[in-house]
Formats: sequence, structure tokens, C-alpha cells
Amino acid sequence: MWKYVLRRLLYAIPTLLGISIIVFLVTRLAPGDPVRLYTFGALNVTEEDIQGLRAYYGLDQPLWIQYVSWITKVVRGDFGMSLQYHQPALGLLFERMGATLQLAFTALFLQLAIGIPLGVMAALRRGSWVDNVIRVFGVIGHAIPQFWLGLMAIILVSVTLRLLPSQGVLTVGKDIWDVPDRIRHIIMPSFVLALAGIANYSRYLRTETLDVISQDYVRTAHAKGLGERTVVYVHALRNALIPMVTALGGILAVLVSGALVVEQVFTWPGVGQFTYAAARSRDYPVIMAGVMVASTLLVLSYLIRDVAYAIVDPRIKVK
Amino acid sequence: MAQQLLDVKDLHTQFFTRDGVVHAVDGVTFHLEAGETLGLVGESGCGKSVTALSLMRLIPQPPGRITEGSIVFDGQDVLKMDDDEVRGIRGNNIAMIFQDPMTSLNPVLTISRQISEALELHLKMDKSEARKRTIELLDLVGIPSAKKRLDDYPHQFSGGMRQRVMIAMALSCNPKLILADEPTTALDVTIQAQILDLLKNLAREFRTAFILITHDLGVVAGMTQRIHVMYGGKIVEKADTAELFANPKMPYTWGLLRSIPRLDEHRKAKLVPIEGLPPDLIAPPPGCRFEPRCQYRRDVCKEKEPELKRIPNAKPDHEARCWGTQEGGWLVDTDWHREIGDTRVIEEIKKEVADLPAETKKDGEEPPLPPPSPVN
Repeated sequence: MWKYVLRRLLYAIPTLLGISIIVFLVTRLAPGDPVRLYTFGALNVTEEDIQGLRAYYGLDQPLWIQYVSWITKVVRGDFGMSLQYHQPALGLLFERMGATLQLAFTALFLQLAIGIPLGVMAALRRGSWVDNVIRVFGVIGHAIPQFWLGLMAIILVSVTLRLLPSQGVLTVGKDIWDVPDRIRHIIMPSFVLALAGIANYSRYLRTETLDVISQDYVRTAHAKGLGERTVVYVHALRNALIPMVTALGGILAVLVSGALVVEQVFTWPGVGQFTYAAARSRDYPVIMAGVMVASTLLVLSYLIRDVAYAIVDPRIKVK
Repeated sequence: MAQQLLDVKDLHTQFFTRDGVVHAVDGVTFHLEAGETLGLVGESGCGKSVTALSLMRLIPQPPGRITEGSIVFDGQDVLKMDDDEVRGIRGNNIAMIFQDPMTSLNPVLTISRQISEALELHLKMDKSEARKRTIELLDLVGIPSAKKRLDDYPHQFSGGMRQRVMIAMALSCNPKLILADEPTTALDVTIQAQILDLLKNLAREFRTAFILITHDLGVVAGMTQRIHVMYGGKIVEKADTAELFANPKMPYTWGLLRSIPRLDEHRKAKLVPIEGLPPDLIAPPPGCRFEPRCQYRRDVCKEKEPELKRIPNAKPDHEARCWGTQEGGWLVDTDWHREIGDTRVIEEIKKEVADLPAETKKDGEEPPLPPPSPVN
């Protein structure tokens, strides 16, 4: 098992290198120059100053030299300074990681806590109105774009009903440990982020459960005299959840990247919003750090998924 | 009459499908005394499995429903119980062994968990007691080094071993009745014999009554005291095992017996198949259900259904559902070994079978095998 994990981690290195090369090229080849962007409209800045700044940041070098000097630093854990903030890019990202993970895990929790029971309920009452409502919800929930849903939620809940705050993690001036206030802030963005997943999981689990409850071993469980609850939640659900592990694998990364839109809509001070802002202002070190963190999370979550498979399903052995 | 363990009267189980109502079990009546063993024999789709599932009220509902009849087990009508009472009986007083041990065990739970579950539920054992008892049970059914295999998963066992586990599970709460639904069909022949022996010996040891359901008359021969032959959702013949083999009184049973290969038969002798298909249980034939395939049929067979009743020239508890072998019938003295029926009728049946449209030729119960998946 550990050997397997180690090998997978080694495989991750070329993957991440590949990603870094592509993203590096794409960001640099895109039009726009950070130095000109930052000095735009400033008085007293001569063409000479601009060239000097470009040389200072190494932007005048050929691309491959820029890449090599970037990657040699990255290997040592140095992602460079943000052009905008003059602080280490990685540090700036990690400061915002907390907010993103908070949002992502709340959304993940909602997806599982709501999606799974909905799916099981729909399967157990197949063909009833409950099933139909859940299925229609599944399609709609999957189809609604997050940005639109977020805006509508703000208009309805914050503007019209004045129930919940529309932005930020905390009311300005409140103590950072004010949990009720934090909860009030996270409700809307986490639901918006979770909706597609809830819809998806409910549909997924409905199909799986229907498949599993017609299996012979479920009949065996009934024949033992077990209660409906034990049969469904112990014997059937465990089997139905196995394929869900696949879905869970990519979810962390999806939530982090999906958080970009939601963070933007709800002004949530997280990694997504920060990286997006960095991309707009051509803050290359921050963009690269953001992409590399997200890619690493993705690779790791796939590894976790494969290991989780071996834990959940005794028939699977990793080697 | 002794207190009966199981008394089934006029049981009707139907499935409500899009194509119509399937009369899977259509008025089945039989009884079983404590410790007695009974064989339920018939071809695929004759209703024998559905009968067994009905006894434990395990018919998937919808589409199935027990529409009529009574099942009195140990003095109580199973059909009048509420769900909790039925669950109290399942696995506890009546246990079931299923056909396919490969799919009947839960792949993600350990063997010990699956056996001790019932012990904890019905006998209120605590975890360690149940575990101890599970080891005993696995020893009993002949699982080598049971203690070590306790926490294994089903996929770590072979088919025969899994069926032993199923038997251990069935025996776990000392049930009064075990329903074994084709317990050896999915196993290879040597393992079949082992499993049957095990089942027989354990049932004798614990004085457990059991109903052995099979399509193979050879399997029940040495196993059960009495045999009921089912055809098209009905019991068509009831007799002692010895009596049934020596003196069968129903053309369908004759057909079944003729299709068993015998060691003492002449080597060139061909097995005689029963021509035709089992009846359509949505619209069963109005007369005798076997009439369309019967080589001895007469006009009366098509018009009126015979009752299951006592037969002349046979033991008193021997009953058959046939106009021909009943009092005054034309088959009373027929020697089924020699007279294989009216040749003209045989030709007629063969022609009718050939004329059947291809789509109705598929078997009622088993769905066709899926096409083999492409190998990558």
C-alpha cells in the first residue's frame, strides 16, 4: 500500500511539470504586460523606467530562461514575489486558502448530507411523487449556472428579504471567532456551490441504490429478518456508495475551482477570487502559484480516491 | 393428526406486470410436519421458488402480491402478521438458502458479520457470544480453520464454501424450517453432493424440517421423505419419495423421469424430452395445464381442469392431477416405461412446437444471457 502511494506520488511529478509548462506558456503568451499595466497612467514614468522594471522582473528574457529560473526556485519552495503586493506569492495564497477550504468543505458536506439521502429516498419510493420531484430537481439543479443562482440568491435573500449578508466571511468589525456571524455568511455561498453536486449525487445514488436493492444479497438480508432500515443503510447503501468514491475523487479540485465563480459573486476572500484577480492583473507569480496549488490538490485527491477504493471495497487491492 | 409445522392452503401469488397478471402460484396446498423433509420439483418458471418466497413473504411487492390463501406456520397465519412479526420469523424460525452463493452474500461485509447479525437480532446475543457461535457454526458446516476465516470477505471463498456459509447462516438461529431453493444448481457436481449431504445430515441432527426446491428429480431422490411435483403454478402430483419413483401417476412426472439418464439403461437408449414449452401463466390453458404437451391427452383434458385427488392403484396419500390416472381414467393401468403415448398425438405436438413463433420460445423465468462483452 505505502509503496503504491509512493509510486503514485512519483508519477505526479511529471504531471505537475507538464501542467506548469503549459500554464506558464499560456499566461506569458497572452497579451498584456504587467509593468505597463501597473504603470498605466502614472506620470513621471519614462520608457526607460519601464524597460528597467521589465529587466528587474526578468520579463525581458527569452521565455525558456524565464521558465527555467522560475522552476528552479519553485523546486526550492520559492514561488516568487507577487508583482502587485510585493509579498511572497505562495504566502498570499495560503492566507486565502482557509476561506476557500472552509467554503469547499461546507459545500462538500452539504452535497453528501443532502444528495445521498435524496437519492436513496427517490430509489426506495421509485415512481412516486417524491421520486419525481427529486428527479426533476436533479436535472434543474445540475443545469443552473452558479453565477446566476448566486446573483438571484443575493437579490432575493439579501436585498429583498434582508435575511443573510451578501458578501464576505464576517461582518466588518466583528470578532473573528464570532461563529454565528460566520455561519450566516457561509450559508448562501456554500449552498450555491453545493447545488450542482447535490443534484448530481442524488441522481447518481438513485441509480446505484435501485441497482443494489435488486441484488440477491439484499434478499438474503431480508430473509434474515433484518429491519428495513438495516437492510437499506447497512447492506444496500454500503454497496451503492462504492462508485461514489469516484465522484468524490475529483470533487475537492472541482470545489476549489468552482469556488472561483462563487467567491467572485459573494466577494468571498478565497484562493479562487484571488487567483482570478491575479490573472486579470497579469500577476504571473501568483497565477502560477495558484495553478500549481490547485493541480497538486487535484493529483492528491485522485490518489486519495484510489486508496479510498481499496478501503471501501474489500475486493479491490492496490498494488 | 399431529400438530403441523406448516399448513399452506390455496396459496395464490400473482405478479402484476404490464403484459397482464402472471399467476405464478395458483392455488397451492400442502403441509409439512415438524422435522419432515419435502421436495418441491418442477421446471423453471413453474412457481416453486415463488412458493418458497411467499412462505417468508419475500415476494417483491410491487409487482408481486399474495392474493389468496393462508400460510399457517406453527399455529400462526403468516399472511395475517404485521411486518414486525414476519421479520421475527424470518431467519429465526424459517431460514432460506438461495440458489446462487456467489451473489447471495454481501460483498462488502465480512462473513462473521453476516452470520452474527441474525444471532444478535433474534437470539439477543452480544458481540462476543455471537462471534463464538459463528465459529461453531462455520466448524459445523465444514469450513476449515474457521477461526482464521471469520473476518474474510465472501470473495475470498469458493462457491462451495460460500454455500456452506449460507447454510451456516440458515442454521444460525436453529430454525424449525429451512427452505433450500436450488441450493446446488450453481455448483459443480462433486460439490453438489457434498452440500446435499451436509444439508441432509444437519437437518437430521437438529430435527429441522426442510423444503428442497429443485428441477432435478435426481437431487431429491435421496434427500426428502415426500415429493410434490409442480407444473404451471400448481401442484400436479404428491407422493412419498419411494412411491413417486416406483409408481408415478401423472404424465408430466413420467416425462421428468424419462429425461433422467440412467446407468442401468441400454447404452443406445435416447433420453426422451418433454416437447413444448411451459404454459403461459398470464393466460393459462383452461383445461389441464399440461395438456398441450401431454402425449396421452384426450378431449376432456382440454375442456376441464382435473382436481388433485387420490389415485387408484397407489398408496392412500398419493395424489395426482390427471383425468387419465384418476378413477375410471384411461391411464389407470398404463405402464409408463413401455407406452409412451399415442403416436398420432406425439406427431401433433411436435408440429405445434415447430409452428410456435420464435419469440415465444424463450424461457419464462431465466432471462437470456447477455452477449459476451468485448475483450479489450
